[in-house]
Amino acid sequence: MFYREAGDFKVSYQDDSQTFPIKFDRYRYYAVLAFAFLVIPFVINDYWANAILLPFLIYSIAAIGLNILVGYCGQVSLGTGGFMAVGAYAVYKLMTAFPEVSMFIHVLLAGGITALVCVAFGLPSLRIKGFYLAVATLAAQFFLVWLFNRVPWFYNYSASGQINAPERDVFGIVITGPNAASWATYFFCLIFLAFCAIVARNLTRGTTGRTWMAIRDMDIAAEIIGVNPLKAKLTAFAVSGFFIGISGALFFAVYLGAVEVGEAFGINKSFLVLFMVIIGGLGSIFGSFAGAAFLVLLPVVLKVIGVDLMGWPTDIVAHFQLVIVGALIVFFLIVEPHGLAQLWRVAKEKLRLWPFPH
Amino acid sequence: MKLKLTTLALGALMAAGPAMADLVFPSLSYRTGPYAAGGIPFADGYADYLTLVNERDGGIGGVKTRLVECETGYNTEKGVECYESTKGEGALVYQPLSTGITYQLIPKTAADGIPLHTMGYGRTSAANGNVFGNVFNYPANYWDGASGIITYLLDSNGGDIKGKKIALLFHNSAYGKEPIRTLEELSKKHGFELSTLPVDHPGQEQKSQWLQIRRDRPDYVVMWGWGVMNQVAIQEAANVRFPMENFIGVWWSGAEHDVLSAGAKADGYKAVTFHNVGRDFPVFDDMQKYVVDKGLAAGAGDQIGNVLYNRGMYAAMLAVEAAKTAQEIHGVKDITPQMMRDGMEALEMPEARMSALGMPYFGPSFNVSCENHGGPGLVGITQWNAETKTWSLISDFQKTDTAVIQPLIEADSASYASENNIEPRCK
Repeated sequence: MFYREAGDFKVSYQDDSQTFPIKFDRYRYYAVLAFAFLVIPFVINDYWANAILLPFLIYSIAAIGLNILVGYCGQVSLGTGGFMAVGAYAVYKLMTAFPEVSMFIHVLLAGGITALVCVAFGLPSLRIKGFYLAVATLAAQFFLVWLFNRVPWFYNYSASGQINAPERDVFGIVITGPNAASWATYFFCLIFLAFCAIVARNLTRGTTGRTWMAIRDMDIAAEIIGVNPLKAKLTAFAVSGFFIGISGALFFAVYLGAVEVGEAFGINKSFLVLFMVIIGGLGSIFGSFAGAAFLVLLPVVLKVIGVDLMGWPTDIVAHFQLVIVGALIVFFLIVEPHGLAQLWRVAKEKLRLWPFPH
Repeated sequence: MKLKLTTLALGALMAAGPAMADLVFPSLSYRTGPYAAGGIPFADGYADYLTLVNERDGGIGGVKTRLVECETGYNTEKGVECYESTKGEGALVYQPLSTGITYQLIPKTAADGIPLHTMGYGRTSAANGNVFGNVFNYPANYWDGASGIITYLLDSNGGDIKGKKIALLFHNSAYGKEPIRTLEELSKKHGFELSTLPVDHPGQEQKSQWLQIRRDRPDYVVMWGWGVMNQVAIQEAANVRFPMENFIGVWWSGAEHDVLSAGAKADGYKAVTFHNVGRDFPVFDDMQKYVVDKGLAAGAGDQIGNVLYNRGMYAAMLAVEAAKTAQEIHGVKDITPQMMRDGMEALEMPEARMSALGMPYFGPSFNVSCENHGGPGLVGITQWNAETKTWSLISDFQKTDTAVIQPLIEADSASYASENNIEPRCK
């Protein structure tokens, strides 16, 4: 009825190849953006910012980054936690060394540094594939955590080995530290998420993305038709590292404020982001959002229902959380192995045929 | 907050209890995960003492206490969520029982004006109240613990431990790294050889560390462990036949559940402590009468009298006494977090007061002041008897080496003050 191309006439090539060719989709996208940018900052409070929205935004960036590597380019990575740590420690060193520079620049630079590290660890991907690459990136995970624990220069020789985000601002608005307003931290992360999502979406629709997908689907065939595997794989590692670095930097500087590398960026973090990508949907930007939302929001919702509404003991609720989240993961993977994004895709297909879907 | 959240999250109109004027004590506990063995007794002790105060005394100064428990799983991200969700309820004081969460809450609580009490953990230099106005770590901190162990070793060696080899087995985290600086200073002063052996989270894998201990044959092993790491370390020590009486843990490595699994081999293991152990105190009679017999005990109710249960109870007792002090200072029954802070800063805990509460010699006597948020740092040593399955205090609460600790506290807090532009607040 309303969700279809018919009647939406494209008069230029630009119109024809836009991101959301269906009018309804396009307006929905504008509405979501407007709501996120113009409504939420005015109604947000500390709890919503720090407990729900910031982790959602930051994990979404990480999931987009990992999705580029795993979902689009087919290179399995278990080093996400380590790469996020690179972003966090890079931004910490930059923040403390150049306090007068804007946080925007620091976070982008931290992303850049992580991209370089990621490329270095991506080099073996030219020779090793599949599970063996997963093991190689696992080595990156452990090496990076060990490095940040071991070398005091990274944590500015503090006694405890913790890094603490000092107060820094953007155009005079405090972004990090305890005095940052919740709307400011939310806005800061939202800008990065919007930027990353738009860049990722457009990269994956263009030549770069097509070479990634060619490598993913069959690397030998891709090489024969003229795709340079070195360039394709390393660009995927670089872009992915850039996004993951940004998310790590925001995770430390804006969200947590104090970080201990083994606890915050351990192997669990790598698995968490990988689960987000798998549950959300490999090779889908929307899937990254859906996966992050699923794994960030569900535990909080379960806690609110169990503890605050039902008044159950906290430990029982915590155990139930594990059971329910685990069961839902299994359920989704059985019912829809392509993730939440595929459910969304199917729903859209049905909507196009509405009122007679088959 | 709670109302708003539920309506927003579920779109349902459900009353979250009538808004009562209570004194709210949040408990960021962990009853799940690899550190639950330590988290459960502490949380139970904390909850039971507050229940006792409500049942026996009708609250603090006539105002009932209310415990808001939130499960952190010793995880900093969940800790943030817990802090944000409980602070809106008028939380008076936070006791997160996690050094990692403490580091996060130090700046946050300072911004929100809520006191933070990190009893025997957290950031040691918070003892300097001149810089950390909102953070308290009385009656003792990690560096007192480290120094207390060395003082005990000095005493038992006739005042000379020159050339002795001491190994520090520590949880490779902010918590475990805290004592290193103090031990290094002390090793310079007393001439012992210090070696450090990190154990990674969660601490189940310690074969290589104990191999190293077997090879180096240190005279003493000092442990900074928590959770499952403690049990594994004591078991490993028994396996390599390391003499248990030369194995000394910090107070987070000295509870029943740490030693029980090693059975008879754990006999003689020692730990440093800042409060008394056992259930030979009048307060436990009240606890039985008002809490346990009425079926109000927290958790499974099987932890009463354990080392960490006592510690949780002690923490709650100090919080309640600070709230009483705050009520006296301000002449208001319904105190705010800011008043609570003043009460904590003015807290006096002489022996007579503890006896009156049914807890004679439960902890050291101490006074808190504006400059000193850390108390006197008196620590004692407890030892495990595997036959009777009890801990017993084998030394008095003794002075620690403030000549070494104080300059370190000054230096570390000064660097925090300069990083965050904090002016000294005590005149």
